[in-house]
Formats: sequence, structure tokens, C-alpha cells
Amino acid sequence: MYKVTVGMATCGISAGADKVYKSFETFLKDNKDITLATTGCMGMCYKEPLVEITDGKTVYLYGDVDEKKAQKIVESHLKNNTPVDEFIVLKDYKSGAEQQFNERQYKIVLRNCGLIDPDSIEEYEKRDGYKAIRKVLSSMTPDEVIDVVFKSGLRGRGGAGFLTGQKWKFAKSSVADQKYVICNADEGDPGAFMDRSVLEGDPHSVIEGMMICGYAIGASVGYIYCRAEYPLAVRRLKKAIRLLEEKGYLGDNLFGSNFSFRIKLKEGAGAFVCGEETALMQSIEGKRGTPRPRPPYPAVKGLWGKPTNINNVETFANVPWIILNGWEKFAAMGTEKSKGTKVFAIAGKAVRTGLVEVPMGITIRDVVFNVCGGIKDGKKFKAVQMGGPSGGCIPESLADTQIDYEQITKTGAIMGSGGLVVMDETTCMVEMARFFLNFTQLESCGKCTSCRIGTLRMLEILERIVEGKGKEDDIDRLVEMGEYIKKTSQCGLGQTAPNPVLTTIKYFRDEYEAHIREKRCPAHSCGALVKFSIIPEKCTGCMICARQCPANCISGEKKKPHVIDQSKCTRCGKCFTVCNFDAILKD
Amino acid sequence: MQTIPESKFFERETIEHTLNDPSQVIPLLQKVQEKEGYVPEKAIEEISEITGVSVSNIFSVITFYKQFRLRPPGKYMIRVCDGTACHVNDARTLLDILNDELKLEGTDTTEDGLFTVMPVACLGCCSLAPVIMINEDTHGKLTPQKLRKIIKEYQKKGKETN
Ligand SMILES: Cc1cc2nc3c(=O)[nH]c(=O)nc-3n(C[C@H](O)[C@H](O)[C@H](O)COP(=O)(O)O)c2cc1C
Ligand code: FES
Repeated sequence: MYKVTVGMATCGISAGADKVYKSFETFLKDNKDITLATTGCMGMCYKEPLVEITDGKTVYLYGDVDEKKAQKIVESHLKNNTPVDEFIVLKDYKSGAEQQFNERQYKIVLRNCGLIDPDSIEEYEKRDGYKAIRKVLSSMTPDEVIDVVFKSGLRGRGGAGFLTGQKWKFAKSSVADQKYVICNADEGDPGAFMDRSVLEGDPHSVIEGMMICGYAIGASVGYIYCRAEYPLAVRRLKKAIRLLEEKGYLGDNLFGSNFSFRIKLKEGAGAFVCGEETALMQSIEGKRGTPRPRPPYPAVKGLWGKPTNINNVETFANVPWIILNGWEKFAAMGTEKSKGTKVFAIAGKAVRTGLVEVPMGITIRDVVFNVCGGIKDGKKFKAVQMGGPSGGCIPESLADTQIDYEQITKTGAIMGSGGLVVMDETTCMVEMARFFLNFTQLESCGKCTSCRIGTLRMLEILERIVEGKGKEDDIDRLVEMGEYIKKTSQCGLGQTAPNPVLTTIKYFRDEYEAHIREKRCPAHSCGALVKFSIIPEKCTGCMICARQCPANCISGEKKKPHVIDQSKCTRCGKCFTVCNFDAILKD
Repeated sequence: MQTIPESKFFERETIEHTLNDPSQVIPLLQKVQEKEGYVPEKAIEEISEITGVSVSNIFSVITFYKQFRLRPPGKYMIRVCDGTACHVNDARTLLDILNDELKLEGTDTTEDGLFTVMPVACLGCCSLAPVIMINEDTHGKLTPQKLRKIIKEYQKKGKETN
């Protein structure tokens, strides 16, 4: 009696999980003994598509499965009871090639992700789902709920790290005929996908967290504001809400109490600044998402002028666990001021990339080298970027910094929402700073001058530096403008936009200087500062580069290797772009 | 009671639900765009009539959010991810290649109306970087060679079905 489960989150589907699922479906068509199921993100995105097979006793996880491997697994494992060892990445989540990835993790937020069918309320309930809300409604007063959340030390996972219990207390103490709970699922940091994975893999834990919040602060309506680029998450949420309404888990007099709660889903329309809470509420109201000054805080005057409590997806997903397991257990984990766990979306140059949940207090080095297996292709670890466009780069020399709100802030970066991009020696830090600033510049809503114009001026300076046209005092000017923008912008976007630039200047000033003074990119990455040459062994003499070169500096005979005349090359990179054979070397 | 305005873009039921509700501007715009691929001028006027929000205010909402287009897109919408993970994995080169292969010079849609290229920030599958999405299909772990091949396939497919 086997059960086959295919991971079908966005990452899995993109890697071909739907094809794998279909192959299993075809192979198992006539086999009634074997159940086929789907689940959300199992975290090991680097091994997608993932397929889990269990016989009720042992759990086998297969990685990198394609249609061919699926056939082999069916033949050998399902039909002949012989697991295919070479494709197994984990056995019983205890041993196997990828065991190291799991060892340091502790799952609270991701407790159900990759284990249950996200579309099924029953599967969620089997894993203690909707028990916390029942417990709260039957045996706790709102103040007691807030007290537990407060004592657990849970802090907002959306970036700023404000104490969640404290926030709920403020919202509860506001008196009004109507209050709102908002779940911030805008996940704006480009390069982060924690919230997407939770919503796709376990939407009910977030919804239950929102219900508990609604009861605690006295709100009967909740909104989930979900990023438009996440069609699958939107679909799963819609379905979850519909099923809950049908089952009577959303609506009036829930679970035999007199508590009523409804949830509405709002899709974003592609604006990073709408992740900022006041802009988000403007957007729900149907307007341009322009932030407004605080105070008044949302807890006093929020959506449609009513008291509103807004939390991040991950924050809400923690709540039911805390209620059921007690604040003591949560608070026992982590550092003095940062409790519990944190989910990170690991991307970039690490060997293992994907979704991890680690206890607070673990060091960055531990995450990069133990959980993620170090750097790909034997390259050298250079830095991690945390907090996306509002955060900064933490260099290798500070890799022993603990994951803790205060410790991370001390480096100049921020904890952020959980995007963690690993960089190696081939990543140019000046270009990285330019990349983030370009992002925030485009996303600035344009309300305050310092953010709108200041970031543009900084961007212009960075652009000329990466093009090798930087001036001697450019670094000082960047620092001066950065500090100024931080002080004079109205919302978090402007106040943090200079961070990626300021931290890279702080830790990698030598790279800036090499670009400016020596017209050299130490990471061999900036197009305008590298040398292009042709690898004779790879060049087939197709002549496409010679024909397309705007400087006319490539020559050679048909079907013979070509050469670039370095004295005439303008480093435009056209040859690199047009070559079909990987024959252009950039260094 | 107000009469329900005539509409080319929305069903009667939708209109009833959104009548005089300014907070429905964005959902209505999303609905039109999903159907038409862009927001036609006529639709803006209808939304204004339905929600009671002025045309100029709706226009300011459209231009604020990246999702909305005022011109019809190509048959294949290519979203090129330029989020952090894709960026450090050389997404720029992919964009250069697309501009080059599709001969896009300063425009986002090819002359034959087959392709629209749109850089976006993060498609949420960063572990497969660099990533592009063509209509609903995601293509990950791309190299220049793979990308060229994919484009050729779509060009062929597009011409056949035209
Ligand atoms: C420019 C900007 C973008 C933000 N984007 C997000 C986001 O994508 N997701 C999120 O949860 N919080 C985001 N925030 C933080 C929110 O304003 C707010 O602090 C958060 O949702 C509160 O929830 P928490 O207390 O649970 O962290 C952003 C803030 C700023 C200034
Ligand atoms: S950065 Fe490209 S998918 Fe996330």
C-alpha cells in the first residue's frame, strides 16, 4: 500500500512536476492500491521535482525526478518493492544524501508545508489544524490570547520586527464599531519566496492565525493582500476561503461561539511600495498606493479609517502553534530578544537553494555552509544579502553574526522578511548596489523629493562607476546623499533605499575604488570593464559575431576560430550575446 | 434605484456587485486586462461610470501599478525575471539576447505582434534562476543556448497557428 506525493508548488511545477505527476498518473491508472497526491513546497527547491513515496513505515524522498526516472521508480519501487537508491535524496527525513539540509532546521511555520495537501481542510485538521482557534474561543479571553502572544516574544516577520503582542494590544484598545485584520502577503523583496511557499503549501495556518487575531482584537473582517505575480497562491487561497465558508469555519458564530469572522482576498497589481502598510491600505481602498505619515498608526486609524492590525504571512502562521504549544516553548528558542524560528528563502550561489526554517540565533556561516552546503562550483564565499532592497550585504568576515534582529541591524543590513541571497567571488558588489537602487528608484512612489530625485542621482553615480567613468569623490558623495535620503524620506522605502549602497561601501570600498581609479572590476563582472576574447576550441567560425560587432574588430575566416582586436574593442558585449557556442570569454 | 449601465466588458452581475464602490477600481481593471490583455480606453470610461470614480483618477491608478497595460500585448508575453537571484545568475544577458533576437529597439512588442518582452522582479522560483515565463509556462535554469532554442520554437509555433 504505497502513497506517492508530488511537490506541486510554483518551484516544483516550473521544474516539471506537473509532467512527473502526469506520468505517475498514467503508470498507476489501473492500480487502485497506490494513492497519488500532491503537496506544497518541501523546501528543497534545488532538487525539484520532488516525489515522496511511503509504504506507511518508511518515507523515501526522490529528487530531480523527470518522466524517465518516474518510470523507473514505478517499475522498481512500486511494482517490485525495490527503492531506486541512486535517486533517493532523503530517507525518513533522517538519512540520505541531503540529510545535512534538514539537520539544523526546526519547523514551526513550515510545519505542514510539503506534508499535506494544501487544498484539504481535513488534512490540515489531522495535523492539529483549527484546534488553536477552538481552544481560544472556548477557554481564553481576548486579553489572555494577547498575553500569550506577547510573552512568546513573537516579532513581526515582515521586516521591522515589532512585537506582535504589543501591536495586538494597541489594536484591541482602540474602540470602534468595526475593526480589520490584514495579512500582508505582498512579498515585495525580489528574490524571496517564503510567503508564497507558505500560502501555496499551508494556507490554513495563515487563515487560522488571522482568525485568532480577529478574536483577540475584536475584528470580524480580514483581508489578505496577495501579490499579483503569485497566481497559484491566489488560487489556493480562494479555494481555501470558499471551502471554509461552505464548512462553516468562516462566517457567523464560529465553532459554537458568538465570534464571527470573514476573509476577503485582494490581489495586488504590481507595486513594491504597496507592501508598506499604509500604502497597502490605500491600495485595498482602490487608490494609488502612496504611503502616508504615521502616526496615526493603523491600530488607531487604518483601513477606511478604522482600527486595523496588519501582520505578515509568516507572523500569522506562527500564532496557532504558539497557542497550542504554549509561549514557553516558543520563547525557549532563539536569543534574548529574537525568539522562535525564521524562514529564509535561500537563492544565489549556494549549493542548496530553497526554503529553510532555522532557530533564531544560528549564525550566517552555519546557514550558508551547513544547511546550504557552501558555495557552488568550488568558488569563494563573499557575502550574503539580507533584507532585499531595504537591506544590505554582510561580508564573509562577519559571517559569524547570529540571526537576531539586533545583531543583523548592527551590521547595517536588516533581518528583512527572509530573502537571503548568497554571493560568491564573481558577484560585483558595486553592480549589486546599482541593481537594488535601480529597483527602489523605479518603485519610489514619487511623493517625497529626496526619495524620488535623491535615489535617481545616486543611481546615476553608480551607473557611471560600473561603466568605468566614476570620479574620485563619487564614493563620498554617495555616502552623503545616502545619509540624507535616509533622514528625510517619509516612508520605509526611502528610509532604507540607500542601505545596499551604504553597506557595500562600508565593507567593499576597495571594489568601488578599483572601478573608479583603476577602471577594473575585481569580480570580472561589469561588462564595460572586462576583456572579451574568443576561445578557439569552442569557436566554429560561424561569423555571426564578426558580422554583428559594431566596432568591426572581430576577424577570421569562415569555419576557423575568430579573434578580437583588443585595441578596437569597445566592450559592448554584443559578441557575448550573439554567440551560439559559448565561445566568448568574459574576464 | 440607479439603473445598471450598459457594458461591453462586464457582466451584469459583476456590475451589480461593484456599483458605486470605489474600492472595486483595481479588481475591475484586473478583470478587463485578464480578458483583453490590456485596458482599452472604452473600459476606463465604463469603470468610471460603474464605480463613480473619475476617469482621470482611474488613469492615475493604471499608471501607478506595473500590472496594467494600455496597449495590446503580443501573442506571447515573455516575462524576464530580473530579481536578485536571477540577476546574480546573469539575467541581463537573457534580456540582451531577447532584444537582439526579436529585434526590439526601444519597444516592448515585436512588429509582427508575436512577442512582448517585459522585465519583472522575481517570479518566485528563484532556485531555478535565471527564469523566464512565456504566458503561463515557466522556463528555468536558462543558458543563452537554451533561450535561443525556446524562442525559435515559439516563433515556429506562432507562425503556424497564425
Ligand atoms: C517599502 C516597504 C515594503 C514592505 N513590504 C512588505 C512586504 O512585502 N511584506 C510584509 O509583510 N511587510 C512589508 N513591509 C512592512 C509592512 O509595512 C509592515 O511593517 C508589516 O506588514 C507588519 O507586519 P509584521 O509586524 O507581522 O512584520 C514593507 C515595508 C516597506 C516600508
Ligand atoms: S529572482 Fe528570479 S525568480 Fe526570484
